[in-house]
Amino acid sequence: MTLTEKISDFMEKRRPILEDWKHTFFLWRRTKLAIIGTVIVIVFVLVAIIGPFFIPYDPLSQNMAERLQPPSLKHFFGTDQFGRDIFSRVVSGSMIEVEIIIIVSIISGGIGLILGVIAGYFGGAIDEILMRATDMFLAFPSLILAMAFAAMLGPSLINTIIAISLVGWTVFARLARAEAMKVKNQPYIEAIRALGASRTRIISIHVTPMCVSPVLVQLTLRMGTVILTAASLGFLGLGVRPPLPEWGAMVSDGRSFLLDQWWISTFPGIAIAIVVLGFNLLGDGLRDIMDPRLRR
Amino acid sequence: MKDAILTVKNLKVVFHTYRGTVHALDRINFTVLKNERFGIIGETGCGKSVTSLAIMRLIEQPGEIVEGEIVFDGKDLVKTQESILNTIRGREISMIFQEPLSSLNPVMKVGFQIGESIAKIKNTSIKSCRQEVFEALKAVDLDPTRVSNLYPHELSGGMAQRIMIAMALSSNPKLLIADEPTSALDVTIQAQIMNLLDDLVSKMNNTVILITHDLGVAAQFCDKIMIMYAGTVVEQAKTEELFDNPLHPYTKGLLKAIPKVGNRDKLTGIPGSVPDLVNPPSGCRFHPRCPYAMKICSVEKPPLTEMNPGHLVACHLYGDKNG
Repeated sequence: MTLTEKISDFMEKRRPILEDWKHTFFLWRRTKLAIIGTVIVIVFVLVAIIGPFFIPYDPLSQNMAERLQPPSLKHFFGTDQFGRDIFSRVVSGSMIEVEIIIIVSIISGGIGLILGVIAGYFGGAIDEILMRATDMFLAFPSLILAMAFAAMLGPSLINTIIAISLVGWTVFARLARAEAMKVKNQPYIEAIRALGASRTRIISIHVTPMCVSPVLVQLTLRMGTVILTAASLGFLGLGVRPPLPEWGAMVSDGRSFLLDQWWISTFPGIAIAIVVLGFNLLGDGLRDIMDPRLRR
Repeated sequence: MKDAILTVKNLKVVFHTYRGTVHALDRINFTVLKNERFGIIGETGCGKSVTSLAIMRLIEQPGEIVEGEIVFDGKDLVKTQESILNTIRGREISMIFQEPLSSLNPVMKVGFQIGESIAKIKNTSIKSCRQEVFEALKAVDLDPTRVSNLYPHELSGGMAQRIMIAMALSSNPKLLIADEPTSALDVTIQAQIMNLLDDLVSKMNNTVILITHDLGVAAQFCDKIMIMYAGTVVEQAKTEELFDNPLHPYTKGLLKAIPKVGNRDKLTGIPGSVPDLVNPPSGCRFHPRCPYAMKICSVEKPPLTEMNPGHLVACHLYGDKNG
């Protein structure tokens, strides 16, 4: 078989999937807001990855001679009270936000998925205990609870991530539980049990994979919220420690200079606003595109 | 006399629902002999499937086995631990379900799923079972290379049921429970599947419990038939004996309700419908629908008594003979 034949054979076998992707792409192109969201998120991720190699100044080093400079060609976004270049700080801060998003998604998605599947599959007392625990977490406003955790653990990047994850997993647990309860009653689970499969095997191979997709969709929908929470904690001084250029902390730094040196707080604030908007637009767009009722 | 492989004694299963307790099985007794083909026949909701699930110990909350014994190969399955049950299920007792298409995991390839069951029995990895998977598929007349790469939604009902049979028989189980294996299939496929099952079981000498509501299928396949009604056993006999000389009024009614080709007379059914098992009728559970009901029928539950050799019936009409 030649290479071209192999490729065409490969394409032929996967045609339904490719058709599906084509349809998804078509729907995406028709949703303007989703396109805007996608572009913002892609730019954000690119800036986070390659930005740090192109920034004109060290984001951490202080330069008292250049302090409180307004935006100019030398300093695009001006400088703060320690003479640090705000443009460089905003760009290198995007990497911190990406880190927070990824790690929070893995931790809270993982905890939620595991606990949700266990609660849904076993039911009864285990379900009651786990679900009442999630109810307790959900009873608090999420930001207040995150603040409490962050204050308890002490401000640092890792503790911010832990605090946000501890608050966020409940939603995923509920989703995974609902899905696990649905899958558990399917006849094929009974058939597999009749073949003598153990509980661990059924849960790990036959139930959990079915519960991943709603959790993944919800994770992408909530990424904007994660950034907002991280920035809020930073602003309140409960998040990432200075001098690390976390956006929320930067907004907080410039607060006392806001009347005369507006640029210190404004540029990181704009960055937060745009990125959160981008994630929310993408999330809403994805939800519409993935909706099976709208797909046909 | 041949050895018994499965003895069910006084088995009582209930389901706790918000309406009250459903008495799904009311102290049923039966014995399946080695290499026998045992048919269980009854209407929807009479407890056929519950019986099979109870034997597999797959009754889940809110259901419960409240009393009785299920002795399989010398072990009482009711008292066996879950971890030991997992070594019996699939290895010594296998089961074929009524809806083959929904009994396969929809997102996994067929070959992987058969491999999973074989790998479990042989305690090896799924990949190393490729040869056995192919043989199992060949045994049920499917093209192994093509079918093992298909997903369940690409199969027809008949193919899926063949695959279920392949999975169930891959371990050469001592006992195979087939729970209405053909009721989701159309008639021509039914015949094919029953013939296939017949061939394979005769080759491998398995004991089979066939659960069905189709008297024709049971007549062709089974050596012995047990008739169930509303969670009780009403009659049990050798197949010929049962069809030639039915004793219980319910069995008689069932046999009259079979349409015959060329017969233009009106079919006679059994009046009334299956009783609500939350409040089952007192005494004999069939008495409200029975044309021969007597006073005693609503008071006392008739015991299962042997009328002719091997022919058991639970009915007060024949009560005097034995005492």
